[in-house]
Amino acid sequence: MTKLKIRTYSYIFLVPAFLIYFVFYLLPTVLSLFFSMTRWTLTHWNFIGFDNYVTFFSETALSIGFRNTLIYAAVTCGLKVILGLLLGAFLTSTVLFKNYLRSVIFFPTLLSTIAVGIAFSILMHPSQGLINTSLAALGINGPDWLGNTKIALLSVALVDVWKGIGVATVIYIAGISAIPGEYYEALKIDGGSSMNAFRYITVPLSRPAMNSVIILAFIGGLRSFDLIWAMTKGGPGFTTDLIASIIYKQYQAGFYGLATAGNVILFVGVSLLAFPLYRYLTKGEVYL
Amino acid sequence: MSRGMSRIMDKGGGKALIRDENRGISSGAKRVLIAVLTLVLSTVIFWIPFYFVIINSFKNQAESALMNMSWPKSFHILENYRNVLTAADHMLVRAFYNSMLLTVLSISVLIIVSAMAGFVLQRREGGRCSSFLNFLVLAGLMIPPAIVPTIWVLDLIGLFKTLAGITLVEVALHFPFAAILYKAFVATLPREIDESALIDGAGGGRLFFSIIFPLLKPVTSTIIVLESINVFNDFVNPLYFFPGSANATVQLTLYNFMSRFTTSWNLLFADIVLISIPMLILFIFFNKKIVAGMTAGAVKG
Repeated sequence: MTKLKIRTYSYIFLVPAFLIYFVFYLLPTVLSLFFSMTRWTLTHWNFIGFDNYVTFFSETALSIGFRNTLIYAAVTCGLKVILGLLLGAFLTSTVLFKNYLRSVIFFPTLLSTIAVGIAFSILMHPSQGLINTSLAALGINGPDWLGNTKIALLSVALVDVWKGIGVATVIYIAGISAIPGEYYEALKIDGGSSMNAFRYITVPLSRPAMNSVIILAFIGGLRSFDLIWAMTKGGPGFTTDLIASIIYKQYQAGFYGLATAGNVILFVGVSLLAFPLYRYLTKGEVYL
Repeated sequence: MSRGMSRIMDKGGGKALIRDENRGISSGAKRVLIAVLTLVLSTVIFWIPFYFVIINSFKNQAESALMNMSWPKSFHILENYRNVLTAADHMLVRAFYNSMLLTVLSISVLIIVSAMAGFVLQRREGGRCSSFLNFLVLAGLMIPPAIVPTIWVLDLIGLFKTLAGITLVEVALHFPFAAILYKAFVATLPREIDESALIDGAGGGRLFFSIIFPLLKPVTSTIIVLESINVFNDFVNPLYFFPGSANATVQLTLYNFMSRFTTSWNLLFADIVLISIPMLILFIFFNKKIVAGMTAGAVKG
């Protein structure tokens, strides 16, 4: 059988895919470790050791990206995990217009991020934007959503949640639907309320779905670029710059070595946060 | 919504019925109240932004500059949409062509190479070499690509700013997701199929292309729909690897129009509506596939 296996499941089948994967993804990733330690013009490079990293950590305009990226990832991930769970539980119950609501919540995930960013930056215009004019009609003085340095990052994060909550919700719906109905029946016989059902059955048994949402949303948040670029371009000042947008800015300015150092920091950061998080989360999972 | 979703929903619904069946009449009134509340909320949160963009794409420049939701005093639908399509020497038309071509090319290559790889990776599961390759594939799901070195590699082999270059980058970046979906699906195909084909004299290539690949159709269609959306909506990769106005893709064009049309919201919104239409069509026809792909990807990944 082994001989047959070698002939039938030939490694030749892997060649096209891994050739492309190697040349256009793995190789650049490995090369980035070297190029991040150079001053680089694409044609020439000088080896400068860890200077780029030192610059990245010491200049406020660059290091602000770490804080912002963490805040952004934590806020978008947290909101998607909680709101997704509530929506998932809500949309698997006997509520009316369920299908319609699912479609409406899901559709924004298919829209282009740039389009969503543009639309919301107009809706969030401080004086004329629909959000603030509506708030004014209710007698509330709306903030300058994207111009106020304190809340600009959170405003973009909220738009991210608006666009991405559909994915979290359908993952939860799939997870909650897989919970056997007998559990709910048993709880009901024992006199539990629907709040008890949510607390003691839905939440613990949808842990696998929740873990997927946490991982996906957190990594997505750390890598995020399009939305911030369409809405604020990192402004005002550098207050909403994420690592990914800083990489783009350094690339545009021609600091290729520095941009690559940013890239290395980003993927080391993602690995250091995401792999242990994944390990930790899957350890406590409850299997049905 | 689609059949697939309603299947999931029926299970959930049945379960919930058990919870609610003897709450009596007051629960009926409560249900209606909740339904009305959710309709209002979903309208405010989701429909108003859609409506705002669409209605403003029908207005003239002065009226759209007011940024409100009022009904247009005069409709300029044809005029606005024609202006957007012809702006900058028909850039948007060219962008649609480029984006469609990029999507079709990269999805075709992606499907073939990932199906082949997924097949062999699954059948050789447990081997030392395939375990290492599996690890590389999983890493690709999490680790963001290194941008400038990729440009350097593309430049080195003469593919920077070319359609072939961006196509291969898209294939490389979407390969892990597609390979994992294929691998999971191949695992459900019994090895007896392979064995009987071998007994009938088929080789590995024949076995894959005439027997296995057709059986992979459900997951192939899921990947086609889901990755088409991702590639068509991709902004970052064309921004880095496919620059230049002749190469414009729809997302880049929209981004460029943002500075070109800073005062003509009506045209900017018309552009947004135009590039969202393909997604709307996919959503109407393939909703089930999209949801299946997103949840499967999440569970496997």
